[in-house]
Amino acid sequence: MLNAELRIFQQMVRSFANDVVAPVIGDHYEARTFPYEIVSQMGDLGLFGLPFPEEYGGSGGDYFTLCIAIEELARVDSSVAITLEAAVSLGAMPIYRFGTKEQKEKYLPSMCSGQMLGAFGLTESGAGSDAGGTKTTAVRSEGDWVINGSKAFITNSGTNITGLITVNAVTGTRPDGTKEISSIIVPSGTRGLTVGPSYSKVGWNASDTHELAFDDVRVPLENLVGAEGRGYAQFLSILDEGRIAISALAVGLAQGCLDESIKYANTRMAFGRTIGTNQAIAFKLADMEVRTYTARLAYYDAAARMLRGEDFKRQAAVAKLYSSDIAVTNAREATQIHGGYGFMNEYPVSRMWRDSKILEIGEGTSEVQRMLIARDLGVN
Amino acid sequence: MKIAVCVKQVPDTWAEKKLKADTSTLDRESADGVLNELDEYAVEQALQLVEANGGEVVIVTMGPERAAETLRKAISMGADAGIHVLDNNLAGSDAIATSAVLAKALEGRDFDLIIFGSESTDARMSVIPAMVAERLGLAQVTFAQKVNVDGTTLTAERVTDYGFDTLSATLPAVVSVVEKINEPRYPSFKGIMAAKKKPVETLTATDLGLDPSVVGAGAAWSAVADFAARPPKPAGVVISDEGSGGTSIADYLTTSKFI
Ligand SMILES: Cc1cc2nc3c(=O)[nH]c(=O)nc-3n(C[C@H](O)[C@H](O)[C@H](O)COP(=O)(O)OP(=O)(O)OC[C@H]3O[C@@H](n4cnc5c(N)ncnc54)[C@H](O)[C@@H]3O)c2cc1C
Repeated sequence: MLNAELRIFQQMVRSFANDVVAPVIGDHYEARTFPYEIVSQMGDLGLFGLPFPEEYGGSGGDYFTLCIAIEELARVDSSVAITLEAAVSLGAMPIYRFGTKEQKEKYLPSMCSGQMLGAFGLTESGAGSDAGGTKTTAVRSEGDWVINGSKAFITNSGTNITGLITVNAVTGTRPDGTKEISSIIVPSGTRGLTVGPSYSKVGWNASDTHELAFDDVRVPLENLVGAEGRGYAQFLSILDEGRIAISALAVGLAQGCLDESIKYANTRMAFGRTIGTNQAIAFKLADMEVRTYTARLAYYDAAARMLRGEDFKRQAAVAKLYSSDIAVTNAREATQIHGGYGFMNEYPVSRMWRDSKILEIGEGTSEVQRMLIARDLGVN
Repeated sequence: MKIAVCVKQVPDTWAEKKLKADTSTLDRESADGVLNELDEYAVEQALQLVEANGGEVVIVTMGPERAAETLRKAISMGADAGIHVLDNNLAGSDAIATSAVLAKALEGRDFDLIIFGSESTDARMSVIPAMVAERLGLAQVTFAQKVNVDGTTLTAERVTDYGFDTLSATLPAVVSVVEKINEPRYPSFKGIMAAKKKPVETLTATDLGLDPSVVGAGAAWSAVADFAARPPKPAGVVISDEGSGGTSIADYLTTSKFI
């Protein structure tokens, strides 16, 4: 299904994941440390610049190429995969899609090289699925935006190499009384921005997630991304694409569960034979393959539609919903196949199990995906 | 300087390998074809030498149609061009025939240095570099763990049982490298896309002026008479400890002649 270049690229990321990520990521996960050395090498390989043109320091690939990289990384580890996904599709993409030429020239080259990470601040403690419920405000004052409020669960927002957070804030009220939301770039280290301590998470433990507080944070008016009041529409379109990337991540995790389980089923002995010789185990593996394969087709199709310039909203939601669901199922089955060892942190499947659940929550919960699909089917 | 690197497509190192029942040759279709791992070190060495001294790197391979992808992968690490010797009559060639083909492909192209990996993961003979050097009448430094070039002098550390020998040779020369020599780079996405535009020459045995009777399975100096699948691992012996576990283990080890 992939052309020769993409196959070579996929093989390259696969070797990188196996040779560079796999040996050390378990320790980072356990210690909850951010894998700077891995991120820096991913930068050298051009992974952070995949869907961006060379004039901004990008690799000149496309969104599908990014998805292939995310899938291959997630096959070994999700923390590294989400770091890439969030940096590119949430951090850099809004600036590339909606930013001014100056903003792109200023920020994209260092983001494409992986030397600087960008974060996307949408969710608040009281506004997740209902992102329109944003309470953070930005008002104009003496040539600046002055931002007040807070954001919750923001990926890549507190690393040593985080350079900016694109914050979604209320900048006015429409005649019909609804909030007008705009996106504004807040550079890391701006006075009044407080990055909270790392969350204690169930999974994605080698990825960086923080709560952010904004107390009279001042940034110049030119930090507005896109049109004033267009923030809501902008992040919806960013999230539509992002769902394909999260789907790729989920497929990678599902495939990783299968890889580990095949190895284990062919070597683990019980009752004098390998456990894979029991149909109860063999069928689990067959079903894991069926789910992974099907989910992969779903995200390939959504990505292909997007690249052809067709409508892909529904397909992206289907891919995200289905692949996150099967990632959780595969992770549960992989743990089951590994028995007690599957419950031990030193086995990669335990990490996959812990990392799987968030896929049904982040970048739009499964319920939100169903709402989108139903709405697109004309169900009101 | 102008450097050639000879690379081979091999079945994925981690895949289970099988011999074909009809021809007794390796079933290459059943596993993914990948660039022989040691050849990546050879490519890396060539790229480093060219980065330091200027020049160009040409990747050379002999193999079936699908070896083109392996050639591309090697080029995408940063090489400048490729030569693919592609000819159905070459299938089943042994080391002697392969070295004849490679020598013909390399001959007359003014290479200052020809680099090989020290073995392929499928055949593991390590003789091709030496055979090619002999055929071309060039100096050979095999199993190198370090290579330096100064003008027309090559200095290398050749791995031995007792450590290494330091050898020197005058270019042009043939070198084979071991994995200690460097850390091969990963091809970047840009490199992969750029490789698409690099020139690749595809040549047949006839283009190279080879006599068809000296290549291919028919010309091989050795033939596989018979082969059998590896026997399955026997089930282990479980000794339960009812107070005399130690003695039972010692008895078992004695009968198996371990102690
Ligand atoms: C590790 C991690 C990283 C994250 N990274 C980022 C980031 O980088 N940037 C960012 O902006 N956000 C980020 N998030 C936030 C994430 O996108 C939200 O958690 C998610 O959108 C869900 O919002 P919520 O947590 O407020 O849940 P809620 O919206 O409160 O949902 C609670 C439950 O109610 C359901 N529900 C809500 N409304 C409806 C409805 N109308 N009909 C039916 N069911 C409904 C939901 O599906 C869910 O099951 C991250 C979260 C985590 C955990």
